[in-house]
Amino acid sequence: MKMDIRLPIGLMFLCLGLLLSGYGLATAGQQEVYQRSLQININLWWGLAMLAFGLIFTILGLRRGRPE
Amino acid sequence: MTAAASLVWIDYLIMIVYFLFVLGIGIALKRFTRTSEDFFLSGRSIPAWVAGLAFVSANLGAQEVIGMGASGAKYGILTSHFYWVGAIPAMVFVGLFMMPFYYGSRARSVPEYLKLRFDEKTRGLNAVSFAFMTIFSSGISMYAMGKLFRLLLGWNFHMSMVVAAFIVLVYIFFGGLTSAIYNEVLQFFLIVFGMAPLVILGLYDVGGWEGLKTRLMSLAAENGFAQTAYTQSWAFMDHPSRNPIGVEWFGLVMGLGFVLSFGYWCTDFLVVQRAMAAHSMSAARRTPLIGAIPKMFMPILVILPGMIALAAGSWASSQASATAGSSPAQVTAAAPAQSAAAGEAALGRGIIPPKRDETTGEIVRDSRGKVLLDYDLATPMMLVHFFPAGLLGLGLTALLASFMSGMAGNVTAFNTVWTYDIYQSYIHRKASDDHLLWMGRVTTVVGILLSLAAAYVAAAFNNIMDMLQLVFAFVNAPLFATFAIGMFWKRATGHGAFAGLISGTLAAALHHGLTLPAGAASGIKGGFLGLWKTYPSELAQTFWTAILAWVTCFVVSILVSLVTRPRPDSELRGLVYSLTPKAGETEEAWWQRPAFLGVVVLLVALILNFIFF
Repeated sequence: MKMDIRLPIGLMFLCLGLLLSGYGLATAGQQEVYQRSLQININLWWGLAMLAFGLIFTILGLRRGRPE
Repeated sequence: MTAAASLVWIDYLIMIVYFLFVLGIGIALKRFTRTSEDFFLSGRSIPAWVAGLAFVSANLGAQEVIGMGASGAKYGILTSHFYWVGAIPAMVFVGLFMMPFYYGSRARSVPEYLKLRFDEKTRGLNAVSFAFMTIFSSGISMYAMGKLFRLLLGWNFHMSMVVAAFIVLVYIFFGGLTSAIYNEVLQFFLIVFGMAPLVILGLYDVGGWEGLKTRLMSLAAENGFAQTAYTQSWAFMDHPSRNPIGVEWFGLVMGLGFVLSFGYWCTDFLVVQRAMAAHSMSAARRTPLIGAIPKMFMPILVILPGMIALAAGSWASSQASATAGSSPAQVTAAAPAQSAAAGEAALGRGIIPPKRDETTGEIVRDSRGKVLLDYDLATPMMLVHFFPAGLLGLGLTALLASFMSGMAGNVTAFNTVWTYDIYQSYIHRKASDDHLLWMGRVTTVVGILLSLAAAYVAAAFNNIMDMLQLVFAFVNAPLFATFAIGMFWKRATGHGAFAGLISGTLAAALHHGLTLPAGAASGIKGGFLGLWKTYPSELAQTFWTAILAWVTCFVVSILVSLVTRPRPDSELRGLVYSLTPKAGETEEAWWQRPAFLGVVVLLVALILNFIFF
């Protein structure tokens, strides 16, 4: 493989996860923001899930990408 | 009309991050794209899991995400037949039985395989009709995207189409198929992460699967079905009148499960190209099998939102409670942004708004005065209904990603077929490889421009598009018969294949012209040649058209082949089952062998069918 696709995917999910969970933290407790999502701070939780996924893919991508 | 939602900075930021990564991947791959085979076939170097995810992702275009949500709302869990009957068996078949010939023959495209196996005219017919089809379907989905984002967010119709098309253009231009495949994998994960919270929040809102079942019971009763008609996939398939799709099991299994599904998954170059790019024969065979694993679970992600859209709305109803009905399932409420027009929106169901005429804006009713729903808005409305700022950006980015992966799939298939099967075969036979690579890039630009043009044609003349799609359906229906005969019967000849394809297409057109779905007027829906038979539903008519086309093609191909001269065995090695050495599977671990994977996939699909029986 010319480039390990897991690395860019991992990095993108890290970025998106940080953005989303950060926004979730910043808006925590603001009821009007989470009226649609049934008062669940879905940004925070889903952002963390994406961070975890991003982390796994980044690690896998980096391990594979190391020179032999 | 006012937009259904508005975005804030965080939503735009998420979109921008996605755009940057997609473009970055394309540009980073530029230095690896040196030969035409790099550009059109990824240098045959893609690992099986990447090709497998791209295989499903190229098909996971917006037609799928939005269309299957719409079908979920229309037909309930019976939509799962499009996956567990209409996709999985064919994906296993193409991996186990057809990939040895596609990959083993070193053909660079599906039409080229037809040329190797049959003759030039069969290839030409397939290449030209396929090239037209990819451009038009990419145009139609672009048009749908422009329309959707205008409605949801008030975006400029032209801008959103041009920006999306430009991004796809850039990443394919530089990185070719590799770039399309890599981005398809990225888009796949993005679509999963963008749609999954919709199902989680939606199910939480309606009280889980059991709650959804209860809420859909009154809908079933209203339409004259048994209570669980929308939540059981097989129980009411004994007679067309007892289920929402209006088809009996035989028509479903033969029409959808065999003819249409095998015709698409086994012969459509858009998906087969992904497997041809795999790094080895074994990886190519595993590609569709690995793709089948996420494909099996896709109904959760794309069908459930549509079903939930029928039943959700408890929150909106408390906001505009005046219209709430007596039972939860009868709650008809406005989508958040439309609550001002609660009276009109109450004509919708759940959070699905009523369908409006495109020119007059009037609410559309059927012949009995019943309000028709705009099912295509089921999934988009779910996004707007449940997602707060932030997650809404992610959900809409996922929707954009599905539009882009579909578009990229069409464009990469188009530029390969054009360059190898039309340009190199009929226009410039002695083109150097550098010239072909250059041609591939030029075709990428031209292909995108043509799709844009097709999108505007779709916007201006809706009927022309409906007609073209109908014609494509006629052309596609018999295809699998030709491939099946070609791969498994060495006596089949080029004349036989060609005659079979033409007569199959004609049979499809004839059948469509002589039949009508119940309640439809003659015209595009059929019956333009007279009325021989009425089908209980449009799907039933489509399935039987396909069955007839297949049988006609099959019979005519055999008859014509028997009276024409076959090619000598020596020319057919590697192209026909009986003349190809069996693929050895000894070099891999048992769990990596295609046959093992195929059996596991089929078993799981069978279990899924039973769970929702």
